[in-house]
Amino acid sequence: MKISRIKAIAKKELIQIRRDPLSLAMAFLMPVMLLFIFGYAITLDVNNLETVVCDLDKSTLSRELVAEFGESEYFTIIDHVYSQREIDGYLDRGEALVAITIPQDFSEDIKKGRPAELQVIVDGSDSNSATIALGYISGVTGLFSKRIAVRQRPPLIDTRMRVWFNEELESRNYIIPGLIAVIMSVIAALLTSLTVAREWERGTMEQLISTPVKTPEFILGKLIPYFLIGFIDMLVSVLLAVFLFDVPMKGSLFLLAGLSSLFLFGGLSLGMLISIVAKSQLVASQIAMVATFLPAFLLSGFMYAIPNMPRPLQIITYAIPARYFVSMLKDIFLKGNPLHMLLFETALLGIFGLVVFGIANKKFKKRIE
Amino acid sequence: MNEQNIAVTVEGLTRTFGDFTAVEGISFSVSRGEIYGFLGPNGAGKSTTIKMLCGLLQPTGGDGTVGGFDIVRESEKIKKTIGYMSQKFSLYDDLSVEENITFFSGMYGVTGKTRKERKEWVLEMSGLKDRRAVITKTLPGGIKQRLALGCALLHEPPVLFLDEPTSGVDPVSRRNFWSLIYEMAKGGTTVFVTTHYMDEAEYCDRLALIYRGKIIAEGTPTELKVQYMRRSVLEIETDRTFEALEVLGRSGIETALFGSLLHAVVDDVETATPEIERELGKAGIKVIRVDKIMPSLEDVFVTLIESA
Repeated sequence: MKISRIKAIAKKELIQIRRDPLSLAMAFLMPVMLLFIFGYAITLDVNNLETVVCDLDKSTLSRELVAEFGESEYFTIIDHVYSQREIDGYLDRGEALVAITIPQDFSEDIKKGRPAELQVIVDGSDSNSATIALGYISGVTGLFSKRIAVRQRPPLIDTRMRVWFNEELESRNYIIPGLIAVIMSVIAALLTSLTVAREWERGTMEQLISTPVKTPEFILGKLIPYFLIGFIDMLVSVLLAVFLFDVPMKGSLFLLAGLSSLFLFGGLSLGMLISIVAKSQLVASQIAMVATFLPAFLLSGFMYAIPNMPRPLQIITYAIPARYFVSMLKDIFLKGNPLHMLLFETALLGIFGLVVFGIANKKFKKRIE
Repeated sequence: MNEQNIAVTVEGLTRTFGDFTAVEGISFSVSRGEIYGFLGPNGAGKSTTIKMLCGLLQPTGGDGTVGGFDIVRESEKIKKTIGYMSQKFSLYDDLSVEENITFFSGMYGVTGKTRKERKEWVLEMSGLKDRRAVITKTLPGGIKQRLALGCALLHEPPVLFLDEPTSGVDPVSRRNFWSLIYEMAKGGTTVFVTTHYMDEAEYCDRLALIYRGKIIAEGTPTELKVQYMRRSVLEIETDRTFEALEVLGRSGIETALFGSLLHAVVDDVETATPEIERELGKAGIKVIRVDKIMPSLEDVFVTLIESA
């Protein structure tokens, strides 16, 4: 292996990227754009649920309860109505997602120490939001009943809950680190997926393979420029996460940089392998997209928790590098985990990179087939 | 030819693509310092042969050596000893002249002081000394070809393979290009060149005529003309060339169009000349002149193909 040859290829590749606006856009704009789009679009928090209230009791207590709902950031009371028919109308038109009905004898029951009833209807067509809304509602009523109960007698169990690692229970905090991992999986493979295929398409490969350049020199030389680009993308993503999305960064930046490099090596090698096998830029970029985006999005534990998946799917996730990177990033960002707690992920990412790099070297033939 | 003096030799070289046989059992040898031409129409198997010799394409049959290395098993060693210029311009269009030279110096492992000297040499021979920062895409075809040749010669290879180096290049550039090839050969470089230009073939020391994957004749240009043309060629000038071609064809005389003239291949000049004049006269075509000429390579080629 000659370092001078690797350097010559890397330099040539960098010049070509610099002169091609499309490559530049893909290298630097795409990851930022994806982070913006998905960062803002994917949120599992539910705020400002449109709510109609039907207060048939019209007592001080019932008004206090309604005010409680109104003041919470989770509900926005859009109207007060006085019949079931009007409630149906709001729900059918989709104008309200929650309807709360306070029956006539609500305050009477409470005063007499009888359990008071509260009727709540939630639009279940978005089951995720509905479940969350139900949780909020029982939260609000729970607090309310606790308060009025204290007026009468002290509570039996006083639960004090605390959430660890993501104290504000802000879904963005765990979505963004995972999202960075997903985006970097796609970008890494896409970046290199064009590079070998382009040389075949333009006819420059024929000249290149007639020279004494060795396969590992060729592949390493091609990887280096994209590694630099991928590293810059990673850096920009982390900066955006911390300063734009306010995600806490508790771990070591050096560890993050090191593990990102390991991940990039595997991701870029995968794109290179695809490019070598496909020999066409269009086919290669499409394969790279499908082979990375779907698994990284669905099977990495980013969207759906891996322990909840059926067993066969769980086994597949071990072959998806994004799986390790998603959990690494979450752990470093939110828990500040040190390397020795991430050894399993690190080892498997390393193995993935070496295997894919090895196959890419094997598949690249300095011949026209 | 003794072993020491052989630069390229192949024996029964064959390449098939599925059902199609591109090159069928060809054998030849090229000695050191020779300009060896491969002449044939498009699709005859010239590029396929050159790619097998350069170690870019695996033969499906036969064997051979280039610079003493086996073309099947030692293709990577061959790549160190050869320069190759493909049919299509295959330098980087989006790199500047100098960037291309630097890149290929790197690929050929030319470094340090040698690299600097060779770079200047390439700039000089391609006439691009003052245009080293120009993006290659914008250069005219002839200059691009010279640059590509220069890049293939950066490591001063003993064997040079040129695949249709002058296709799509104007006649003046073509002549300049050939003087470069002569210079290379004079310096001891073996040049293996394919072409479909008959006039270029005349420049070669030795030639192989290739047709449908087979070598149909081999020798020096003069040998080919003498050996394969025992019959004579008559050049005929008339006032109506196309009609004359038709008339002679009908009367069984082997005739081909040659610019605005006709070339007829005959066994005996003495009896054929009056016959041609008689046939054309009957058709009312005016014969301006009928001369016996030295056959060109094209005549040889046409005759050989017709008998093939």
